[in-house]
Amino acid sequence: MTVAAGALTKSGGIRTWLAPFVARPIALVGLAVLIAVLILAAAAPLLAPYNPDAYDALIRLSPPNALHWFGTDQLGRDTLSRVIYSSRMALLVGVGVVVFALLTGVPIGVFSALFPRLGHVLMRIVDVLMAFPSLLLALVLIVILGPSVANSIIAIGAGFLTTTTRIVYGLTLRLKTETYVEASRSMGSRTGWLVHKHILPNLISPLLVQASFVFAFAQLSAASLDFLGLGAPPDIPSWGNMLAESRNFITRAPWLLFFPGMMIVLTAFALNLVGDALRDRLDPRFREMLGRKI
Amino acid sequence: MLSVENLTVSVGAAAAPIDIVSAVSFEIAKGEILGLVGESGCGKSMTSLAIMGLLPRPGPRTRTGQVVLDGVDVTQLQPWQRVSAGNASMAMIFQEPMTSLNPVRRIGDQIAEAVRVHDRVHGGAALARACELLEMVRIPDARLQLSAFPHQLSGGMRQRVMIAIALACRPQVLIADEPTTALDVTVQAQILGLLRELCNGLDMAMLFITHDMGVIAQLADRVAVMYAGRIVETAAVRTLFDAPAHPYTRGLMDCMPVRGSAGQRLRTIPGQAPQPGTVKTGCAFAARCPQVRDICRAELPPKMRVAELHEALCAFPIIQGGPN
Amino acid sequence: MWSYVFKRAGATALTLVAASVIIFAFIHLIPGDPIYIRLGDMATPDQVDAVRHSLGLDRPILIQYLSWVSDALHGDLGQSIFYQMPIMSVIADHAETSLLLASITMTWVLLIGVPIGMISAMRHGTWLDQVLSGAAMLMASVPTFWVGLYMILIFAAWLGWLPSSGYPSIFDDGGLANLRYLLLPSLTLAAPNAALILRLTRASMLDVSREDYVRTARAKGIRPWQVVTRHIFRNALLAVVSAFGFTFAALLSEAVVTETVFALPGIGRLVVQSIMQRDYPVIQGVVLVIVVLYLLVNLIVDLSYRMLDPRVELQ
Repeated sequence: MTVAAGALTKSGGIRTWLAPFVARPIALVGLAVLIAVLILAAAAPLLAPYNPDAYDALIRLSPPNALHWFGTDQLGRDTLSRVIYSSRMALLVGVGVVVFALLTGVPIGVFSALFPRLGHVLMRIVDVLMAFPSLLLALVLIVILGPSVANSIIAIGAGFLTTTTRIVYGLTLRLKTETYVEASRSMGSRTGWLVHKHILPNLISPLLVQASFVFAFAQLSAASLDFLGLGAPPDIPSWGNMLAESRNFITRAPWLLFFPGMMIVLTAFALNLVGDALRDRLDPRFREMLGRKI
Repeated sequence: MLSVENLTVSVGAAAAPIDIVSAVSFEIAKGEILGLVGESGCGKSMTSLAIMGLLPRPGPRTRTGQVVLDGVDVTQLQPWQRVSAGNASMAMIFQEPMTSLNPVRRIGDQIAEAVRVHDRVHGGAALARACELLEMVRIPDARLQLSAFPHQLSGGMRQRVMIAIALACRPQVLIADEPTTALDVTVQAQILGLLRELCNGLDMAMLFITHDMGVIAQLADRVAVMYAGRIVETAAVRTLFDAPAHPYTRGLMDCMPVRGSAGQRLRTIPGQAPQPGTVKTGCAFAARCPQVRDICRAELPPKMRVAELHEALCAFPIIQGGPN
Repeated sequence: MWSYVFKRAGATALTLVAASVIIFAFIHLIPGDPIYIRLGDMATPDQVDAVRHSLGLDRPILIQYLSWVSDALHGDLGQSIFYQMPIMSVIADHAETSLLLASITMTWVLLIGVPIGMISAMRHGTWLDQVLSGAAMLMASVPTFWVGLYMILIFAAWLGWLPSSGYPSIFDDGGLANLRYLLLPSLTLAAPNAALILRLTRASMLDVSREDYVRTARAKGIRPWQVVTRHIFRNALLAVVSAFGFTFAALLSEAVVTETVFALPGIGRLVVQSIMQRDYPVIQGVVLVIVVLYLLVNLIVDLSYRMLDPRVELQ
């Protein structure tokens, strides 16, 4: 009943990564949506019918029609184009937060697990950070750092730093006690080599799952920050900003509420589906550790 | 008392089922102990779960066959359905005493739960009976232990509690699925002794599942040998050890180290047991059998009657003193 | 048992102390002179010096911290720049809304999330389970303020059934009927959290139902619903209880946005307003109060977990 050590990492290639998606077709849909968003972001100038900043007071607040599929906003700007350009911000923030969380969480987590005395202290500090509810922490950091895209990435990322560190810490602790690591140690391998050869490769799968969920929640957090006016500056199109602007017009122009919000939901949902499918492929012991967020 | 006929348990799609237990038949008389032996994965646990109606759902299901308990057809009935039908006389104990008890409830409650179902009493009366049962399974300080939690007891004690729970069901047949495999050898001996005493004292039939031939030798009256989901031989215990008829059983016997054979190489049966569904035609043991003939690979072997109460699923059973 | 309580309380206190250091440092980390931050931009240099001395900001940092802590323990969190009132009163005024909102929301979350999670688990593998799980994941992917805005659009603007903003206290005119102002906000806040609890309950129950002792319970011959209530649910509940603290934190966070959308005079909205008004002492005070509350809730959850699971000894 033991899971072969090899099953953790040496999982050859594309086919095994695709397997959980084939098993659950809805996850394939999620993957497709993500790729679509990626394409939107990358090819925004090509795909958007209008300049997202071009305003025209004459056609302000027009409902969806043949010229403007998603209607126009209070300044006469084309909603569809703005939605498409906003995907760039969504991806930027998402990737930024994930990278931040991994770049901080992995080193701290691995380090803390491998050097217990220092590790205890570090984890206590992480515990203190976890005493702050995530959005609150983000708000406090934004106040200190000032609102901007980069700062909102750090502010949101700080909230995920804690969970990622905890997860990496737990995983590394478990891996440390695996017999093959002990065997390697007894052969005299240096810690750095151990980390490189045994620990990091085994972290890839669980971290990929974690990254999906972090990406998903980052979308929601970023949208909330933007909505409060504390995230991306108002001149940059983002789904959250669009929703903030639509607030005064929701009765007159409900389409302004629908489309940007729908994009957030679709993106977050797709990411959750993908994360879920990937998690099913994980070693059950690690699965439990990642179970908390969703 | 218990009669199992042609029991088949399968997994997989209904259109293309894979049999993990095939056409298993045996009988256990009142007060008799039948041993069911076989290597890991041969289907013995599945057989017992199917008989009890405890197959996990979703999962393997009984495809064909009949289970008759004390004259009543209980095929596919889950335990609570058997209780409703008024026929509750079968209980089971499992292999892992460490995880087979609810960790957040006291053991007195857990036994009393079974008592309440079968004796139709409540509260104090149920607990009193639970105490009685604990004494029956020789747990010291029974009254005190009623309020203990499972994690406060050792493996052997927990297994005794399991037996007490089983006895609360007032079973005419007790199914024991490798109850001592996870225990120390000394504790094992105690539990086996307890089981034999209970069977004798209560005139209770027992289906004892194990892969340990030594335990079978001590405990069972008759033995059924399973291989790849089928029963390949049934015989009285002495006969099985002295004159096994099926080549697989013979191989098993040969594998057991004999006193005085120190320093000699241990014998094995070459090869591995086939995965369920891989052997489409012929005898499942054909690939490893030392006396295999062509016909063995082509046709399913018949059930041959070697002697009184001794059957083997083989076209060419080894008859002591006869041609080979 | 008591030694465990003291140990956990001690750990919580330590965390609180460390957090308080961070919160104290907050004002000093904001770019700009703390005095101007306190007094606002209009202060003259003489006012600044006078205030600097009277507020004791020329003392060493450590002394300032200790006096801040000691004041806080006496309930004095300083003065709000904007309201010109003690921060504690400001918070107290806003507390009623938030506490009520949180309690009502938590009730929805548990009433909806747990039973549906149970049903989903018991009907594992059927289309009902797929639909419910899918819906839950969808709900958890929706931004709360979007749900809130739609609630306002549908129930307040189009249907006119419920008010869209504000909250008159239940201690004022209208009494308990004023709770209807909290109906839409609490449902909005409850939606994603109920979804999370649903998935957690479902996953937990499925895990437990695979345990050996559930098989033992079935073997005894008790009825399926009894197996569920006495064995599966009870043990699955442990996981749900331990997620309570986490859910509460999520509530506190998201309440900020929901209160803003529905213009509720709660603590969350107070934080946002204070950020806009640069009323930093208030932010500091509110964060302190929220962190204390959060740590307390976690401590209580931790201890009740211990009570529910007799296996948990001193960690």
